[in-house]
Amino acid sequence: MTTLASYWVIALTLVNIFACYWLIKWTMKVREGESAVGEVTGHAWDGLQEYNNPLPRWWLWLFYFTIVFALVYLVLYPGLGNFKGMLGWSSAGQYMDEVKTADAKYGPIFARFAGTPIPELAKDKQAMEAGRRLFATYCTQCHGSDAGGTTHFPNLTDNDWLYGGTPEKIKETILNGRNGLMPPMGPVLGEQGVEEVAAYVMSLSGREVDPKLAEAGKQKFVSAGCVGCHGMDAKGNQAIGAPNLTDTTWLHGSTARSIKETITKGRKSHMPAHKDFLGEDKVHLLAAYVYSLSHNK
Amino acid sequence: MSHEIVEKNVGLMAIIIVIVISFGGLAEIVPLYFVKDTTEPVEGLKPYTALQLEGRDIYIREACNACHSQMIRPFRAETERYGHYSVAGEFVYDHPFLWGSKRTGPDLARVGGRYSDEWHRAHLMNPRDVVPESNMPAFHWLADATLDGGDTAAKMKALRAVGVPYTDEDIAGAADAVKGKTEMDALIAYLQNLGTAVSSR
Repeated sequence: MTTLASYWVIALTLVNIFACYWLIKWTMKVREGESAVGEVTGHAWDGLQEYNNPLPRWWLWLFYFTIVFALVYLVLYPGLGNFKGMLGWSSAGQYMDEVKTADAKYGPIFARFAGTPIPELAKDKQAMEAGRRLFATYCTQCHGSDAGGTTHFPNLTDNDWLYGGTPEKIKETILNGRNGLMPPMGPVLGEQGVEEVAAYVMSLSGREVDPKLAEAGKQKFVSAGCVGCHGMDAKGNQAIGAPNLTDTTWLHGSTARSIKETITKGRKSHMPAHKDFLGEDKVHLLAAYVYSLSHNK
Repeated sequence: MSHEIVEKNVGLMAIIIVIVISFGGLAEIVPLYFVKDTTEPVEGLKPYTALQLEGRDIYIREACNACHSQMIRPFRAETERYGHYSVAGEFVYDHPFLWGSKRTGPDLARVGGRYSDEWHRAHLMNPRDVVPESNMPAFHWLADATLDGGDTAAKMKALRAVGVPYTDEDIAGAADAVKGKTEMDALIAYLQNLGTAVSSR
């Protein structure tokens, strides 16, 4: 605050407080021609008359108390312009104290968690209890409160992994996020081509399809370049997050319609990075929790 | 006596009441215009792009701010969940700010980048698809409503008049930047930008 603004606030605040005191004193002064205390004032409204009674004592003392309170408050706490108050209180300072207290309390616990390897941590009851709460706060919006995922958002409990299920890979995924991209193949394959490739893809997990369509699809699966990411055996590639197409896990829906949509329009998946937001220690604990979901059975 | 004059002249009494009440504002509001913390943008704060601005107007139209606040208070319980507490300099380009006063849903002050665009799309189409416990209404019609960008430049000009530093190029390109986009695209663009000027920690 500029010095001028500061003096402005100080002057207004103090003038106000003292004006309150003055107002009370001023109205209590007995004036000439006024009726005596306890008598009617002579004011009449539709036959109603007003007594000239003093202000109630309890009310008056409360009023004085608020004035004293205000002055004490302004000495102790920031309020008078740039004056910081004798206690040196600030909301940012109070917040920092709160964080410091919490760090002193929880810091050693998290330090122990951070120093424990993930597979071991995943068996630690206290750690998993804390991990479950972190998961509920930061992860459930996409992965669900049961971590079972939903269409477009992976199930974390089935030990089937897009980017790898080793402790290191899980941690890497949470720390840095992931960007999955399936390019739209509609323009390359054409409508008939999409039908054929979809039939082939469905046949991979043992579903009943027109064998002729699937046979044609198999060739297009190679010639259109699907193998580049999903591999010749269609088992996917965890280095780039290309899903295994031979199992029954379907990230973007298992119906013929959604499979055709996936092939035609492609898919974009994005797991946000949590390194800056949560910090390494919490991510370590979360990784252990996610690891525990498919390993503690 | 003078007391009587005031009591018997309602116009005079009104004027005196206004003077008394205005003392609070004069001490609490007026100085804020001279404080750098409240008048200068935080480092890295950019004015909303044309699309984000349209998204913000949809946010207001659908009354998102009735259930979602945009104000993280300086308590650890809040910063752990949402990120760094809000600071005044983040809101200097907001006319009006959308701090809100009630949280039926979570605070959105730092929702930008927290979820993917696809998550927002799925969530706005039907919140229950991604968060089964949610009681938020669905906003699926946003995906069908297309923006024509007719008013966008005028809105940006009005904001420039109250101090948002839009350039002539920003305003000239506004209609094209928005045209053909859906209201959902705009809203997601707005949400993904919220609170990103201040780093999370």
